[in-house]
Amino acid sequence: MAKNTDSNGYTIVFATAMVLIVGTLLAFMASSLKEKIAENKRIEKQQNILYAMGVNNNDETSVEFVSKKDVESDFSTYIVKQIVIEGEKETENDKAYLIDIKKEAAAAKDPSYVRKLPLFIGEKDNKEYYIVPVRGKGLWDAIWGYVALDNQLVIQGVYFDHAGETPGLGSNIKERFFMDDFTGEHIMDGDTFKGVAVSKGNADPKNLRKTDFAVDAISGSTITGDGLAAMLKKDLKLYIPYLQNLKK
Amino acid sequence: MGSLSKKDLKLITDPLADNNPITIQVLGICSALAITAELKASIVMSVAVLFVMGLGNLTISLMRNIIPSKIRIIVQLIVVATLVIIVDLVLKAFAYELSKTLSVFVGLIITNCIIMGRFEAFALANGPIRSFIDGVGNALGYAVILIIVGFFRELLGSGTLLGFKVLGDPIEKTGVYAFGYENNGFMLLAPMALVTVGIIIWVQRSRNNSLIEEN
Repeated sequence: MAKNTDSNGYTIVFATAMVLIVGTLLAFMASSLKEKIAENKRIEKQQNILYAMGVNNNDETSVEFVSKKDVESDFSTYIVKQIVIEGEKETENDKAYLIDIKKEAAAAKDPSYVRKLPLFIGEKDNKEYYIVPVRGKGLWDAIWGYVALDNQLVIQGVYFDHAGETPGLGSNIKERFFMDDFTGEHIMDGDTFKGVAVSKGNADPKNLRKTDFAVDAISGSTITGDGLAAMLKKDLKLYIPYLQNLKK
Repeated sequence: MGSLSKKDLKLITDPLADNNPITIQVLGICSALAITAELKASIVMSVAVLFVMGLGNLTISLMRNIIPSKIRIIVQLIVVATLVIIVDLVLKAFAYELSKTLSVFVGLIITNCIIMGRFEAFALANGPIRSFIDGVGNALGYAVILIIVGFFRELLGSGTLLGFKVLGDPIEKTGVYAFGYENNGFMLLAPMALVTVGIIIWVQRSRNNSLIEEN
């Protein structure tokens, strides 16, 4: 090696060149793949919403969405109406599922802002489903999901997902054994909103009691579970005034 | 390149046993504790590390004569981070479902001490082909321990393997649960991973006395 790789000048030149090369490469990759990634996310949203209302390819224990190929047509068949609730007023909008829940929740911190609440109305076998998107915090990162209710405000199905919960522990919120427990759970005690807690030692591991406002927690994921319960409480509550009207 | 020479072969076999990155060099413990509650997560992490370590070692080795020694650690970090982000982006665009399984591991891969350790100890001083082999060897050594720990933690902690209920159903009380067996929930928590790694180290050293340090 003839070069002196220890001099300050060389170090600075090397660092600058490296940053430029890596930066350009990553920026180029990110922008050229951006559209494809956005499209994947859009399809995933539709799959998630359909999953919550029971339109999926599940077998006994798997979590299987409708295929990418069918999702567009299934979404327009089963989701009969998408509405956006803004305060008292509600408008129909077939792009409602693209509303960014995270941005809306952040904007709603300003008390003068009227939050846009998307709600998806599905219909399957002559039964109506009201699918509510929820978003909250787990242990490490965001958690989110979709909750399908019937017109009596009983949960008919859920889908949960997470950005980075601990593999094998908190990540189990997107497994069947956990999500299936929510089906049939009540969220209202008469006219009072209760939500669904994720509780430890509730002595109901088979989840036979559907009106105890609780499902069995996952061992080793207390904080993810608590965060999930808090998310349901916070976000479902926003829709209660609208959903209560359906009951009557 | 023909068949591997004896010296090259040692680069693969050594890390599997007598120079294992986890049990002997005690590197990469953090991720070994964090993600071994399930066998599947252990396998996914192993494959990801295998990929990044092989390519990372290769890249660093190719650059070894031009990297200024003052900022070599930063350069290594950038190489790993870039590789991981590129893989993540490509998966997100072309294999979205796989990328969702992997996304939680991305941060763990970048900060994995084994990767940085091998860059420092090997790739900076050796040629690209040998470095690549060394990276693969060490990743395999890491994978072996991860899979052993994941196997026992999932089996004893949840009574399942890769999600299949191999011991019967704990709620319906079938299989071994009919005889009063209970899952040990403690196995799912990080301290038990450390104990499991400790037991592996103990077994390994009692079988090979040359590994025991003199004080």
